[in-house]
Amino acid sequence: MSAEVDTTTAEPVEDFRARARSFIGANLRAVGRRGRGDFSRHLPDDEELAVVARAREVQRLLWNHDLAGVCVPREYGGLGLTPAHQQALNEELAGYEFPRHLQTPTMSPCMAVLLDFGTHEQKLRHIPAILRGEEIWIQFLSEPSSGSDVAGALTSAVRDGDEWVLNGSKVWSTGAWWSDWALCLARTNWDVPKHRGLTVFMFPIHQPAVEIQRIEMLNGNREFCQEFMTDLRVPDTDRIGEVDQGWTVGIRWMFHERMAMAHNEPVMTWPADGAAGFSGPTVLVDVAREVGRLDDPVARDLIGRSYMTSLVGEPLQRRLAEGMAGGHLSDQAASIARLHGWEVDKAAMTVPFELAGAAGGAWSDADDTLFGLGQGFLVRQAIAIAGGTVEMARNVISERVLGMPREAASDRDVAFRDVPRGPTGRP
Amino acid sequence: MRFDRTPDQEFFRETTVRFLEEQAPVATLRGLRDDPVGAPPGYWRRGAELGWTSLLVGEAHGGGSISGDGLADLTLVAHEFGAHAAPGPLITANVALSALAAAGSDHAATIAAGVAGDARCVWAHGEPAPADRLGTVTCTITPDGDDVVLDGTKRPVEAGAEADAFVVTGATDGGLTQVLVPADAPGVTVTPLTTVDLTRRAAAVAFAGVRLPRSAVVGPLGGAAGPVRRQEQLAAILCAAETTGAMQRSFDLTVEWAFDRYSFGRPLASYQALKHRFADMKVWLEASHAASDAAAAAWSADAPDADARASAAKAYTGEFGAELAHDCVQMHGGIGVTFEHDLHLYLRRITWDRVVYGTPADHRQRLAALLIGEAA
Repeated sequence: MSAEVDTTTAEPVEDFRARARSFIGANLRAVGRRGRGDFSRHLPDDEELAVVARAREVQRLLWNHDLAGVCVPREYGGLGLTPAHQQALNEELAGYEFPRHLQTPTMSPCMAVLLDFGTHEQKLRHIPAILRGEEIWIQFLSEPSSGSDVAGALTSAVRDGDEWVLNGSKVWSTGAWWSDWALCLARTNWDVPKHRGLTVFMFPIHQPAVEIQRIEMLNGNREFCQEFMTDLRVPDTDRIGEVDQGWTVGIRWMFHERMAMAHNEPVMTWPADGAAGFSGPTVLVDVAREVGRLDDPVARDLIGRSYMTSLVGEPLQRRLAEGMAGGHLSDQAASIARLHGWEVDKAAMTVPFELAGAAGGAWSDADDTLFGLGQGFLVRQAIAIAGGTVEMARNVISERVLGMPREAASDRDVAFRDVPRGPTGRP
Repeated sequence: MRFDRTPDQEFFRETTVRFLEEQAPVATLRGLRDDPVGAPPGYWRRGAELGWTSLLVGEAHGGGSISGDGLADLTLVAHEFGAHAAPGPLITANVALSALAAAGSDHAATIAAGVAGDARCVWAHGEPAPADRLGTVTCTITPDGDDVVLDGTKRPVEAGAEADAFVVTGATDGGLTQVLVPADAPGVTVTPLTTVDLTRRAAAVAFAGVRLPRSAVVGPLGGAAGPVRRQEQLAAILCAAETTGAMQRSFDLTVEWAFDRYSFGRPLASYQALKHRFADMKVWLEASHAASDAAAAAWSADAPDADARASAAKAYTGEFGAELAHDCVQMHGGIGVTFEHDLHLYLRRITWDRVVYGTPADHRQRLAALLIGEAA
């Protein structure tokens, strides 16, 4: 997208930055480090909806001030500027609220997929609406029967004239209950191998044929949802990409998802101070100070090691990007950052808990720094699962980056309807 | 090692590779096992002619860089030293020369001899336990009339037995001082040590009332804390770059082995239990490249985060370099723990670089201190 930018006529980055700064100072609320989102404190639904409404409002403010869709082409309501402009906005947003609930999955992967594969009409209908904060999107990708094996989707779409009829279930959609539109991977052909019988559709979530159930995670979080589609009718004009070519879309879709997880997606807005997730290494110092272990060499070793691991993250991302761009590394090398990122996040979820001692297991509402550290520890593995498990990342690195032989699979070159989907009787 | 090397840097690096392959192939390294210097005759002087000693010394002192960033160039040599388990006091000699050059023009003759490879001047910094934690200095440099008097012991001193002179870091009235000490000065006792490395040598060097003229002081008396910190960073970065080179070689050898070695009718590379370990190793390897190069760039720019980046690189490569090297041995099975196999050459270098100029634990403590300072 940025390749289309005419840099001779585009707004200079520093002018854009000054404009962003003055807008932010005048319109947005400053937030503390913890204001970025404290995932251990769960909001009641009405408060959650208020937060989402504010996110839409902030997105609308950005739109009104010509700061929305920095790298989105002008014909679809964006500014048609460069990643350097987006970076300037991200830097200026440090310390301020931002429309978090519209970034991922809405801007990426969903809008990014629309930009890649949507028709001109589809883009005109949805992208300006997304940039105005009117449409929050969700991905209907994973299914109860297929986690890592995304292409093994069982949700079926059957053609009926100008429409398709969808039946099946999707899961792990974040905040589907307050979202508007879904991007959905469905099976349209059962007589070909699994990757060749998939198609992508989009549809509004809130309609009678879609039932949404919320999932309570082990830490009490109720962000995730499961959906059931029953005879859901989708017009053929809301199909994205060619029939049975959904995996072509799916590969880009998951590429954008990985980029979004790494906050490395030019169509996303993400404050520069929010990139380290919700627990940068300075939190460790706060916790150690709170429990009086700031001078404890064991505590300092844990702190030093976490800091070490996190310091390596950014240079590694840069190296991998350079390596992939220059052809020194396979374009699958992003999985290396994913695996390292897990080490960073694992430490971020484990070390504060470890430093807190027994306070990691019991806390009160009066606690601040020590609040809910045990919950973070309990749910730690979510980071090793969401957006592709670390086991899948290890497969990708060994097979696609190092070229080692692929795992045996029983679904290759077999019509999908003949692929085993469960035990077929035990001796 | 960075991907974006200039053609000049690449020519420079390839010249070093060719030289090392000719002068110090693995058979030669094995033969140097019991050699007191640990290098073939004339090797260091010829390496100096290739530029190994001139990169951190300005043109005024007869040095100069390839790319304008001398440390970036030197990390290429360090990388190849690791990848070839090469002989020679690359790290300590360059730190010492850098320290002398940074202090001005007082020691021009020593610098010139060091750059030419005619004399070896090395850095004597680390001390024996219990003063062996990074940054601990108990050696004293005491002003006495027109002289200074040096007392204390440094251990291990890389290339200590073959050195012609030492840049010694000591304490003066609560500050740090560095002094240039000829190896034959009265009161200097050098005791060679046995090292884990096949060719890198070390010694314990005792200084008992070593009296030196004031002109032997390198930089300001009692005001060397800043330069010493820069030297510690530099040594850490060069160790990290060298370790990364040794990791790269170990990993490449082991990936090749995994494709060639068949068990139960199929290559090791086809077993998921092993593939996943190779994936982890690949992460450690790329992260080590990235951490080392980022640290070198921060040092060259004298950036505010140079200290943290150097310690992160040293701590990371020290920890994961050893993990990778041992995992490579494990992937090889029994042959991996023999003297005959080459793997231990790189494991040795990784192990040596891990313990000198601050262990991973030392650098984690330094990182914690930096973070606590930043957060306060």
